[in-house]
Amino acid sequence: MSWETVIGLEIHVQLDTNSKIFSGASTSYGSEQNTNTSLVDLGYPGVLPVLNKDAVMMAIKFGLAINAEISRRSIFARKNYFYPDLPKGYQISQLELPIVQGGSLEIQLNDGTKKEVGITRAHLEEDAGKSIHDKFSNQTAIDLNRAGTPLLEIVSEPDIRSAEEASSYMQKIHQLVRYLKISDGNMQEGSFRCDANVSVRPFGQTEFGTRTEVKNINSFRFVENAINHEVERQIDRLENGDHIIQETRLYDPDKDETRPMRSKEEANDYRYFPDPDLLPLEIDQETIDKIAQSLPELFDEKVTRYIEALSIKQSDAEEIARNMQIAEYFEATLDHFSNDAQMVSNWILSEVIGVLNRENIEINTFQIKPKRLASLLSRVDDNTISSKIAKNLFNQMLTSADSADELIKQQGLEQITDEDSINKIVVEVLNEFSDQKDQYLEGKEQILGFLVGQVMQRTQGKANPRLVNELIIRQIKK
Amino acid sequence: MKRHTVRELQDMIADQSVSSDEVYQLYLNRIKAMNDSINAFISIESDETSSGTEENDSEIKGVPYALKDIFCSEGDKTTCGSKMLSNFVSPYDATVVKNLRKKGTIILGKTNMDEFAMGSSNETSFYGNVLNPWDTERTPGGSSGGSAAAVAAGMAPIALGTDTGGSIRQPAALTGITGLKPTYGRCSRYGMIAFASSLDQAGILSISAEDAAIFLEHMAGYDHKDSTSSMEEVPKYTEFLNDNLSGKVVGLPKEFFDGSLDSKYQGLVSDSIHEYEKMGIKFKDISLPNIKYSVPTYYVVAPAECSSNLARYDGVRFGHRSSDDSDLDAFYKKTRKEGFGQEVKRRIITGTYVLSAGYYDAYYLKAQKVRQLINQDFLNAFKEVDVIMGPTTQQSAFKLGEKVDDPVSMYMNDIYTISSNLSGVPAISHPIGFVDDLPFGMQVIAPHFMEHDLLNIVHKYQMVTDWHLQIPGICRELDR
Repeated sequence: MSWETVIGLEIHVQLDTNSKIFSGASTSYGSEQNTNTSLVDLGYPGVLPVLNKDAVMMAIKFGLAINAEISRRSIFARKNYFYPDLPKGYQISQLELPIVQGGSLEIQLNDGTKKEVGITRAHLEEDAGKSIHDKFSNQTAIDLNRAGTPLLEIVSEPDIRSAEEASSYMQKIHQLVRYLKISDGNMQEGSFRCDANVSVRPFGQTEFGTRTEVKNINSFRFVENAINHEVERQIDRLENGDHIIQETRLYDPDKDETRPMRSKEEANDYRYFPDPDLLPLEIDQETIDKIAQSLPELFDEKVTRYIEALSIKQSDAEEIARNMQIAEYFEATLDHFSNDAQMVSNWILSEVIGVLNRENIEINTFQIKPKRLASLLSRVDDNTISSKIAKNLFNQMLTSADSADELIKQQGLEQITDEDSINKIVVEVLNEFSDQKDQYLEGKEQILGFLVGQVMQRTQGKANPRLVNELIIRQIKK
Repeated sequence: MKRHTVRELQDMIADQSVSSDEVYQLYLNRIKAMNDSINAFISIESDETSSGTEENDSEIKGVPYALKDIFCSEGDKTTCGSKMLSNFVSPYDATVVKNLRKKGTIILGKTNMDEFAMGSSNETSFYGNVLNPWDTERTPGGSSGGSAAAVAAGMAPIALGTDTGGSIRQPAALTGITGLKPTYGRCSRYGMIAFASSLDQAGILSISAEDAAIFLEHMAGYDHKDSTSSMEEVPKYTEFLNDNLSGKVVGLPKEFFDGSLDSKYQGLVSDSIHEYEKMGIKFKDISLPNIKYSVPTYYVVAPAECSSNLARYDGVRFGHRSSDDSDLDAFYKKTRKEGFGQEVKRRIITGTYVLSAGYYDAYYLKAQKVRQLINQDFLNAFKEVDVIMGPTTQQSAFKLGEKVDDPVSMYMNDIYTISSNLSGVPAISHPIGFVDDLPFGMQVIAPHFMEHDLLNIVHKYQMVTDWHLQIPGICRELDR
């Protein structure tokens, strides 16, 4: 029998607000345990939550970017359960009337096909703290720094049909929240996490199969692995005549497997009810319009603009725009050097990204700022230096604060464009390598590269290669 | 012994016939002399000063008050009448406490109360019963029983309480003093330990309506820390006290006068109505058709909210903590079993039940709908009348132990008071006489944010009557 996979994703995005969703405590990551905590985060007697407006604005931004409906009135509800890292004994979330309802997102697969994935809802909620089980033997430590951090939970429709689609959707959401600047999307720090609802059914069947929920997915690679494993496990069971138990399973990236966490049947009854400490959230059209006007240029618009206005190759335009910080770097470089956008793109995609990958850093900490790169590329463009020397200088600029012009001057690297002085060397070389000269005349044109190389060597690479080519041919044919 | 009103203390401090320190000492001495027989205070703050005052010309500077132990006050033990918080010292001030502190008032002590404000007789307190100063075999009512008894017995000139279903008005009625529950949202709930968040409201227990007006002005107001507090401007309540009542129309709901009130109390109610008529007030029969559902509605909504509000008492961060930490479930169960009393457990269980999957629609959601209807009843009534009057309770103070094993009969204590919490409207209880030497109270209910009307009406009544000035015998014995 052939099986169809049905997947829906719930993505938790930590919103990049300065303070928590219901208190004034800082949300900065990596502080000493239990220092980013106010009495509200600690769930002290008598304290009350106050909604952070920035978190609301960010949720609206997201909703507008996926063409969803922004609820003019939404409700915060309490999700009740006991756990030591949940100080109040309930999590403030949204159940009925979430702030964002009914949007969609277009994803592109590796083979270039496009697909629309529906987004059922996105709602605001607070994160819990962290339980640390491995620090003290036989005891669990609690760190409440994360408690109360704003989350946007984005719930997709069960529109996803493969692990690849799931990964592509997750990446698209990741890209979007970074474009919108509502999250740093840092997966190592847990700012972007995903749960996958997975089921299989025989092809052609309309009802869904029994689903499992796979939790703890925090990378694009894991989402594919976790889903593939889960799908395989489900098909195995069904083909052996077993049925699927509706349950929550945990993905273990070390063992690359999923295993049951708890059965849904015995799961908590969360006893949701509207939080009486918070009034219904009312959003007026004016606010929505204002945010709509302030939305940044998103991926698809950017790619189109790069292709049409900057004449960049489509694959390069997509590559640059994939990461908004890279795109910003690219555009900032163009602000200082706009003669040849394709050249800027080439340099960023090969040299700059090469360094980022090698040193494992983000573009915002990259040593060569856009203005410095632009000045280097201008000198290539105006023939002051060759690209080869430029690459050498680029590497020097990683450790030096000097500008390209300063380095060129210090090292006397200006390109030799004076025909007479190049010609002198050309004549020298042709005399020395007369065999090769003859080979060229006999039709072995590849030999030209060798001769050019000889000339370049004797000028320490400073001669203009195009000119060297021309002059050698001219001399040979004399 | 003489009981002083806040107004009298203000005058005495202003003309320097007495210093605020002397006033404070006088009350501390009375508390020390009487608390053993009344048990109104859980803790006595004997080293407070008003030196931190930001406003030196405050009209209530130096006036001491008693604070229900449900309000957090910085550096003070704040128990909420529960073993669960018996070791809890608040690191912060509730907003109403902070507001009053800024004005130079001084906290005398934290008053006894039903555990987490759940009770109508003060018998659920971990710190023992409060005794009614009028008859120490009887309850002062609850849950603000300690605050009521303290004011009635002259141990404090005025006290703060909270009212979720009648917890200020019922004890005020049973101890012969004045008790004001303001509009929901009038006073910040920040720092007031939550029982039922959509019903809880801070208020005042005082000798006179005038004193309540003086204090409310300084306590009330919008607080950015409480999203449910109102931005409605706080009027100068004292300026309305002497307004003419002629032409005012008072509604008498037939549901409050259905013949179930004992005739001895009915007589007092009729007398007070007659008194009001002499001031030119007109009375009119009205109906609040859905009010009969108030008690069942309340006992769905309040336990539901409390079951969630009290989840934070888990022994992890503060409060009582069981020594059995063999595993997490056992730890939670033991901590909460040991820390909470029976009535609190009853309400947590009720609330958990009505919010459970499969029951939510039938109980919680339905109760919320009925609550809307009750509110609508009030809105409709106030189209025809300025205020509504009726008895505060069905009877005067009952004997301790009389109803403690019969929760439903205990819950019926609040039959007249609960509807104003469900609707959020302000209400005040004031003494209108005695039956068998026990005080009895009458309640006045006004539209949202019309506290000044309530205070005006009761003040005018108190100008021509002296029921509110009667002093329990136990206070006279003290002088001997």
